[in-house]
Amino acid sequence: MNLKILFSSLATAAVLAVSTVALAPSIARAQIEVDIDKGAVKPLPVAIPAFSGAGGRGADIAQVITGNLERSGLFQPLNVANVADKLTDVNVQPRFPDWQATGAQALINGQVTVGADGVLRVDFRLWDTFSQQQLLGLQFTSTAENWRRVAHKISDAVYERLTGEKGYFDTRVVFVAESGTKLNRIKKLAIMDQDGANPQYLTDGSYIVMTPRFSATSQEITFMALRPTGSTIYLQNLETARTETVGKFPGMVFAPRFSPDGRKVAFSVEKGGNSDIYVLDLRTRQSTRITTDPSIDTSPSFSPDGSKIVFNSDRGGQAQLYVMNADGSGVRRISYGGGRYTTPVWSPRGDFIAFTKQTGGEFHIGVMKTDGGDERLLTTSYLDEGPTWAPNGRVLMFFREGPAGVPKLWTVDITGRILRPAAYQGAASDPAWSPLLD
Amino acid sequence: MSFDTQRVARLAMIGLAAASLAACASRPKPQGPVATTTPSQPSTPPYSQPTGPNSPVNTGVLPGTVQDFVINIGERIYFDTDSYEVRSDAQPTLGAQAQWLNRYPAVRVRIEGNADERGTREYNLALGARRANAVREFLVSQGVSGARIETLSYGKEKPIDGGSGDDSWAKNRNARTAITDGAR
Repeated sequence: MNLKILFSSLATAAVLAVSTVALAPSIARAQIEVDIDKGAVKPLPVAIPAFSGAGGRGADIAQVITGNLERSGLFQPLNVANVADKLTDVNVQPRFPDWQATGAQALINGQVTVGADGVLRVDFRLWDTFSQQQLLGLQFTSTAENWRRVAHKISDAVYERLTGEKGYFDTRVVFVAESGTKLNRIKKLAIMDQDGANPQYLTDGSYIVMTPRFSATSQEITFMALRPTGSTIYLQNLETARTETVGKFPGMVFAPRFSPDGRKVAFSVEKGGNSDIYVLDLRTRQSTRITTDPSIDTSPSFSPDGSKIVFNSDRGGQAQLYVMNADGSGVRRISYGGGRYTTPVWSPRGDFIAFTKQTGGEFHIGVMKTDGGDERLLTTSYLDEGPTWAPNGRVLMFFREGPAGVPKLWTVDITGRILRPAAYQGAASDPAWSPLLD
Repeated sequence: MSFDTQRVARLAMIGLAAASLAACASRPKPQGPVATTTPSQPSTPPYSQPTGPNSPVNTGVLPGTVQDFVINIGERIYFDTDSYEVRSDAQPTLGAQAQWLNRYPAVRVRIEGNADERGTREYNLALGARRANAVREFLVSQGVSGARIETLSYGKEKPIDGGSGDDSWAKNRNARTAITDGAR
């Protein structure tokens, strides 16, 4: 499958320039902007009419973009089916008064063509409806079956233009699909697009799987399998399906996570009841033990530059977060609040560490600065666990499970204001977000 | 084989007899003259008290079997929250497990450590491993060879009580001594 998407800037068409000139001088307005760090106090109203051309494909693409932007919580897509301006030609300037009347501050319009050679071409433009300025004009070409990815790329471009942050829509999520009851769970490794489309099982449920994670290349995952005979950490190439393990250890192996350059895997090895952190160099196949404390040391996660590892340990009496150099030196505790802290994950931007926190009878997903400062709890429920960062470091996915034991995937932004169920509605746990796809 | 065949044949005959009785019962009455005799009482009562010896039959498990271990010794002990210390109330069970294992030296076991759902998955795997190891050490201290004992942690993956309160969680914080080989 060819996943390459050509990405080129559309030169502003002559038609457009002429009609812009013909317009009465517009009232000067500050350009629209979405401040992601403040969360969506009020999401930005946007109009995303069906793209023209190529049968229903233009409507499909607009729908995927609408879903993405709506789920981000930063945008409010409006129902614009009855707007008179039908935008049949992407190279003709929209009739802005029509769009202003809907209340939309931004307009996304586009046109889809499929060539005789089967090449899908999507031209789209992003407009500020009130200043009547074009904010983006891009063309994407790909294979026809790749239309969803084109829609995700457009969503990312719009998100980036309006928020100043990279998008996270052209991504996948690997997770554990669950079925059965609390006393007899069946767990299958699964993968899907971030919007829940194209779900696929990677294992058959005949053994327990947990904690899958992506490598930085997004072609490789690692996960833990648990059978009555013991545990195994697998590394699996998603393209070739080639699978290897981190090797044999006398006790349990668990909690694997790739280094940012994809050349190492950190994980826990248990021996005689004591869990320590090891790092395996995938090239030399050498494992190095980097913690030696007689306490639980687990859930290692590298900093984006690979120089540090945050992990969870109960060496202080109960589970807290610690940061050390990647060789195990210089350990220092970073969490000091009441309660138990587990599953730390370093943001791909390097500015925050996300974690699970347990206080009293409740669980929270939270973030703190990498020195432990500015702790912020984003969620509260019976059981919230296992945050994973979107590649832009501004959104987290995690799983939430009620007393009845049916886990579901949720997302929350780093302000905690935008909390909502993920697009995938099946029972699922242990999500891991991929980096942006190529 | 021949016994089974005979038995099946006899059952089939009984079945046929029952079927023909049923057929008689449902057949429409003949149109001819109606007999006026009153039905006689059955010569034997339709139900009789069971006869024979009154002493009960006791069922028991064979010594040295998995059932013997599970029923008469107990395969699980329980732990406090976030703890892997063998509680005093668990020591009699583990002592009995050790005695039993010493009596049946061919038996091999896997200690499975379990945690309740009030912890995160990876931490609970580590906690379950500690619990399994605590049981292993206890059994070894009572003379069971360590070579006969393997350990595994299921973390919070294998609850035995599906509830969501203190009582359920208390049951789910356990270590199970599972016989993997050598039982009679």
